[in-house]
Amino acid sequence: MALTLFDKVWNAHVVADLGGGNALLHVDRHLLHDLGGGKALAELAARGLRVRNPELTFATADHVISSAPGRTGGAHDWAQVLVDSLRLETRKAGVRLFDVGGDEQGIVHVIGPELGITQPGTLVVCGDSHTCTNGALGAIGFGIGASEILHVLATQTVEQCKPSTMRVRFEGAPPKGVYAKDLILALIGKIGMAGGVGYALEYAGAAVRTLGMEGRLTLCNLSIELGAKVGMVAPDETTYAWLKGRRFAPRGADWDAALAWWKTLPSDPDAVFEREVELDAGSLAPQLTWGTSPEDAIAVDATIPAAKPDALEYMGLAAGRPLAGTRIDRVFIGSCTNSRLSDLRAAAEVVRGRKVARHVQAWVVPGSVGVKRAAEAEGLDQVFLAAGFEWREPGCSLCVGANGELVEPEARCVSTSNRNFVGRQGPRARTHLASPATAAACALAGEIADVRGFLA
Amino acid sequence: MEKFTVLEAVAAALPTPDIDTDMIIRIERCVRTPRAQMGRWAFEMARYRPDGSEDPAFPLNQERFRGAQILVAAENFGCGSSREMAVWAIAGMGFRCVIAPSFGEIFYGNCFQNGVLAIRLPAPAVAGLLVQLGARSGPAKLRVDLPAQSVAAPGGTLHRFEIDPLRKKALLEGLDAIGMTFAREAEIAAWQAADRRRRPWVWG
Repeated sequence: MALTLFDKVWNAHVVADLGGGNALLHVDRHLLHDLGGGKALAELAARGLRVRNPELTFATADHVISSAPGRTGGAHDWAQVLVDSLRLETRKAGVRLFDVGGDEQGIVHVIGPELGITQPGTLVVCGDSHTCTNGALGAIGFGIGASEILHVLATQTVEQCKPSTMRVRFEGAPPKGVYAKDLILALIGKIGMAGGVGYALEYAGAAVRTLGMEGRLTLCNLSIELGAKVGMVAPDETTYAWLKGRRFAPRGADWDAALAWWKTLPSDPDAVFEREVELDAGSLAPQLTWGTSPEDAIAVDATIPAAKPDALEYMGLAAGRPLAGTRIDRVFIGSCTNSRLSDLRAAAEVVRGRKVARHVQAWVVPGSVGVKRAAEAEGLDQVFLAAGFEWREPGCSLCVGANGELVEPEARCVSTSNRNFVGRQGPRARTHLASPATAAACALAGEIADVRGFLA
Repeated sequence: MEKFTVLEAVAAALPTPDIDTDMIIRIERCVRTPRAQMGRWAFEMARYRPDGSEDPAFPLNQERFRGAQILVAAENFGCGSSREMAVWAIAGMGFRCVIAPSFGEIFYGNCFQNGVLAIRLPAPAVAGLLVQLGARSGPAKLRVDLPAQSVAAPGGTLHRFEIDPLRKKALLEGLDAIGMTFAREAEIAAWQAADRRRRPWVWG
């Protein structure tokens, strides 16, 4: 029978068929972070249980740590407690921690792929809904809750009901100023924030094949904003070239054996998906959200629709007006969606030689120490600093504000993150999601702007 | 985990679609509030005014919905972040059952981990319940029967619902998921031993 990429990876992890479409699946990679990792390990120990496979478990500090230059942990007592707990509990449990101050610390969904922890055909879980990001390498990655974290720690397995499959084809070539973020925002705008509920997604088509790994990570990252727990891209030469030589990637004979298996994973040509969607990347313009859901995405040159009066009121916008030209207060370039080297390069290309508008506070928060150092080696930090951006330390920061870094009430922020929910970046904060290049253009203009006017 | 069998209780109506888990419990509460106090902060941004007083415009602040144990909600309830605190917050408010046309999937799974029954009913049935509950001036009860997989509306209309047999059994018997998986330890060990040969690179 013809199988999809998702079917093949799923089948490779079934420890027990539990009936009714349910399976007990093996977890190859369990990632913990500072928001719940320390508590979970402590609770496990309190129940008299131990981490079954610490060698398959990895932890990092990202959610509650400060992103301020010179930081050593959390900026507040309540945050530092969580960092300390993660340090203590990972040490006691023998779990590897990528700590603040180390070379490998970063946002969990950035370092998993970057360090080669995530590999094609692996099953990756983490107590964070954006674990779907890992699917860009041809892995099954999904977010789990606190109870499931304990279950995985204790048993190295997770119970799941098998979802249906949906294939999204992005055809054509994205025009100037259109990036992976624009593709996925346009998709969410088209099929809605619940359009993917019950599905594992596979992104395919010419525009995906020509995307680099980091663009694919951005695509998969927003799968959960469609309601899909899982989003995947079939591994190919781009994947293998990107992965080879990374710290935890296979080497030598292991690499050859792995590669042979990885090449069997892409969906069979006649595999059937329960749902198929196609989008023409060639006809897209840069996207921004206007409302309080990622599905409220429109082209930068479109007018604000007359829909969702509550969202319009919250955002302080009027229907029928152009979105472009709306004055902004903050810009955030970062998050597990868009904080990788190619994201920072795209933003720097727009920023180089220009200045951030005087009334705008603009931040760049690299996704990991690895990204930060690579960007600094290219001089990108100097480009941002010269323009008036703050160049900060890696972490989740303003995406979710778990560390106390917030957008002020009624302040308007163009953000490269993933959620523009009510209060997401702070009580009454107003978020417009966009690509790094668009966010950079907005920072310079001091208002919502079309990045195409800033590109040569 | 607390068992769930039959629940006849006051139901509250929350007709806004796409209520995300950031809306259900703010990240600051996830970080800084003990689990036992989370109920107080459920739906905080809609429930309280800036001065801390209850906002009468928020449906769950209405007198007729006080003490409700069943929450009837709209499409895509609990979408977004995986934070299980969203379920703790709702359970902390006293809810043991949530009925909606669709749920965020991680939230849906998290409900069952905490003895909260999440029920998917067809959109017209939920719309009917929301109208019915919204039209009443006083409290109205629903009867949720897990063994029979049915919800009885105040007028007596019976809605059948589907539920995964494993989840049903776990709720009815109050089973502990970790304990059940421990019973499969031999299978897990055998799977891992075979996988070390099949995919040695995964094991580094």
